[in-house]
Amino acid sequence: MKVTAMDIYKLLPKTNCGDCGEASCMAFATKLSEKETDLKLCTPLDPEGMEKLEKILAPAVREVKIGKGDKQVIIGGDEVLYRYELTYYNPTALVIDVHDELEESELEERIKIIENTEFERTGELLTLDAIAVRNKSGDKNKFIKTVSRLKNSIYPLILCTLDSDNMKAALEVVGDEKPLIYAATEKNLEEMGQLALDYQCPVALFVPGDLEKMKQLSHSLRSRGIKDIVLDPGTFVGEGMGDTLDNFVMIRRLAVEEKDEDFRFPIMGIPALMRLDNTDDPVTKGIKEATVAATMLNKYADILIFNGTDIWELIPVLTLRQGLFTDPRKPQTVDAGLYEFGDVNEDSPVLLTTNFALTYYTVEGDLKSGKANTYLLVLDTEGRAVDVSLAGGQLNGKSVADLIKETDIENKVNHKKMVIPGLAAPVSGEIEDDSGWEVAVGPRDSSAVPDYLLEKL
Amino acid sequence: EDFKPPIQDYPGKVAEVQLGKGSRKPVYLGGQQALYRFEEAQPNAPVVTFDVFDIPMPGLPRPIREHFADVMDHPGEWAKKAVNEFGANMVTIHLIGTGPKVMDKSPREAANDIEEVLQAVDVPLVIGASGDPVKDPLVLEKAAEAAQGERCLLASANLDLDYQKVAQAAVNNDHAVLSWSITDVNMQKTLNRYLLKEGLTQNDIVMDPTTCALGYGIEFSIDIMTRTRLAALKGDKDLQMPMSSGTTNAWGSREAWMKKDEWGPTDYRGPIWEIFTGLTMMLNGVDIFMMLHPTSVKLLREIGETFVK
Ligand code: B12
Ligand code: SF4
Repeated sequence: MKVTAMDIYKLLPKTNCGDCGEASCMAFATKLSEKETDLKLCTPLDPEGMEKLEKILAPAVREVKIGKGDKQVIIGGDEVLYRYELTYYNPTALVIDVHDELEESELEERIKIIENTEFERTGELLTLDAIAVRNKSGDKNKFIKTVSRLKNSIYPLILCTLDSDNMKAALEVVGDEKPLIYAATEKNLEEMGQLALDYQCPVALFVPGDLEKMKQLSHSLRSRGIKDIVLDPGTFVGEGMGDTLDNFVMIRRLAVEEKDEDFRFPIMGIPALMRLDNTDDPVTKGIKEATVAATMLNKYADILIFNGTDIWELIPVLTLRQGLFTDPRKPQTVDAGLYEFGDVNEDSPVLLTTNFALTYYTVEGDLKSGKANTYLLVLDTEGRAVDVSLAGGQLNGKSVADLIKETDIENKVNHKKMVIPGLAAPVSGEIEDDSGWEVAVGPRDSSAVPDYLLEKL
Repeated sequence: EDFKPPIQDYPGKVAEVQLGKGSRKPVYLGGQQALYRFEEAQPNAPVVTFDVFDIPMPGLPRPIREHFADVMDHPGEWAKKAVNEFGANMVTIHLIGTGPKVMDKSPREAANDIEEVLQAVDVPLVIGASGDPVKDPLVLEKAAEAAQGERCLLASANLDLDYQKVAQAAVNNDHAVLSWSITDVNMQKTLNRYLLKEGLTQNDIVMDPTTCALGYGIEFSIDIMTRTRLAALKGDKDLQMPMSSGTTNAWGSREAWMKKDEWGPTDYRGPIWEIFTGLTMMLNGVDIFMMLHPTSVKLLREIGETFVK
């Protein structure tokens, strides 16, 4: 359960001094409960009060940092089971695995692909977050060699071996960069726990399919003073998917609803297993790996390790993650107004679209890739798509006429002709009447706009 | 402290809806008393219904068209292929051809198409109209008569058309109704209440709270579906019906269909887009999925079964 502003207020100095930048302690408490400010800004607060508040403000799921400096990814931090209740925090980290039996050229190729994977959506550049290095050979020197090469990568690392000697050797090379140790198990708990303490690195606890045991082992790591833990309850694929889902959901419920200290940690899933032991053709493997990932993304995974690097497989994963982690409290908008593309002059065409981020960036991408030279009027529809704002009434003759005035477009071009989205056809007459402009109904999809401009104008 | 599985108590229950009767093999939707199988056995696996059209749909994406090119002139053959070769639990016959701007087929012709599909397969049917608010109720009325006693799902009743006529067609011929609202829980409640007043019961209604595709507002649908299912389990009688997803909306996202080399082949992107959209809805409570691509249907069914067994 989320803490209320009242719970927080009770522990604040209640002097309304204003040092925190808020008008009152109550206002500050409200912001804290929404995670919109930082407790440290309340300078008059004594250390004891600070400690108490830190405790109640700690998210239901601990935030764990992997890597350091600008090579860092933060996972966890969630407060709720369902995103509509607040929002989800810290997008699931997406990790690709490499191993120490790859030929040097294969390894280089793979690192290049991982580092270059990117996909732009609604103005955001979506990328991967980390690389997992697997000690597939079991050989210490091979592992060290691969880990050393990856030290120069742009991403933080996850070191994967159940052999604590090999882990120690790898930590000697990259331990100062705070990689995630994968994994402590029932068998090596002592040694791996010690390494996590010695190198001050986060550690993953791998206990497949047995939450009772996971609780014991998590407890034992915690009681040794280890704070940064990631839980891997096993990724069972195929027929076992139902078990995987159950375990993920149970862990998250125990953290959020029962505040069970042993489970208040980020969860790891490994869709890569879908590719590793499987005889399907590569495409089917890719589709299945993505499907497993989609299940886990929806239900609480904070970090996922993939084997596949095909862009057609990763685009849907990146897109789903972006959707799940958008903040439902904030409309996704761009500023309304007049935008210019390419070289514009007084003869340039004038287009109309809405200020919904997805709509704007889709149109922007199309205009740029089509090298169009044009003005674009962006209407404030409170962040609604073309057809949505048409249905909701925000896109109408009057609002467009007002936008024309506000942007002063009439003094920038020597014509009064506007191209509107195909979907906005029902209001074309209205716009003409209210603005005195001539309206042409453009294509339904903005990808056709550059060609349309060349043909028609 | 000891480990105890976090099982919750839910005062409410999702109604069970039977589709298919008479000459059809029945399929059951809903009936859940909990969110997850570890809390309570889940009574019914998710159901997939394959989209079939009464005309050779010009706009179908190529990755789908290539599977059905040989049968697209005959909805009966199309339905047969969906069931026999691609393992559909059900078939949705969209009477797109009745659209005044499409082919303006008469309700009588629509009824003939329904008869053809009923003859061809023995799975239950969803009967969809063209989306014309004036004509749809008339088309659904005739189609419902043609399928009397077969317990189909009439798609759909919504607040923009004569939902009373659709409800009566269902009551008089023993069908169920798809109650469609647009991403708005209150709108859904209102419409369900109106339908209940027309003589339908909870066991005769399936809800479609609208599926926004992956990348096109899927998060809105996630929130609406979650809230709807939680409300049902908490005991809100107006929302205790199974849910349906128009998963094919996924094909409207440009990442699913647009040719672009940097994004890889559409042959794979399209099916994944449909699976992701459907799977996400499934994990938030949806019971029945209207889908188009054979690979997507197969994978969604397989994974869905592991969530209930
Ligand atoms: C997500 C969604 C919502 C979200 C809102 C998301 C948002 N921020 O806009 C929510 C849940 C809030 C919502 C609400 C409603 N919605 Co809604 N919604 C959708 C949905 C699923 C996707 C919209 C979307 O994101 N499109 C993607 C963007 C990029 O598309 P776009 O803006 O149109 O841009 C494209 C083109 O227009 C064109 N283009 C854009 N600019 C330009 C410029 C030029 C010059 C040219 C040539 C082309 C061009 O290219 C772009 C890329 O393809 C659609 C169905 C669909 N289309 O799949 C229904 C849909 C639009 N909604 C609909 C309705 C009815 C509503 C509501 C009225 C329902 C209600 N509950 O009351 C409300 C209205 C809210 C309001 N305005 O007050 C109907 C509209 C029917 C109609 N045409 O009358 C639709 C079509 C669903 C349906 N099948 O019935 N909705
Ligand atoms: S700084 Fe602290 S004491 Fe001062 S107003 Fe803010 S919350 Fe209250």
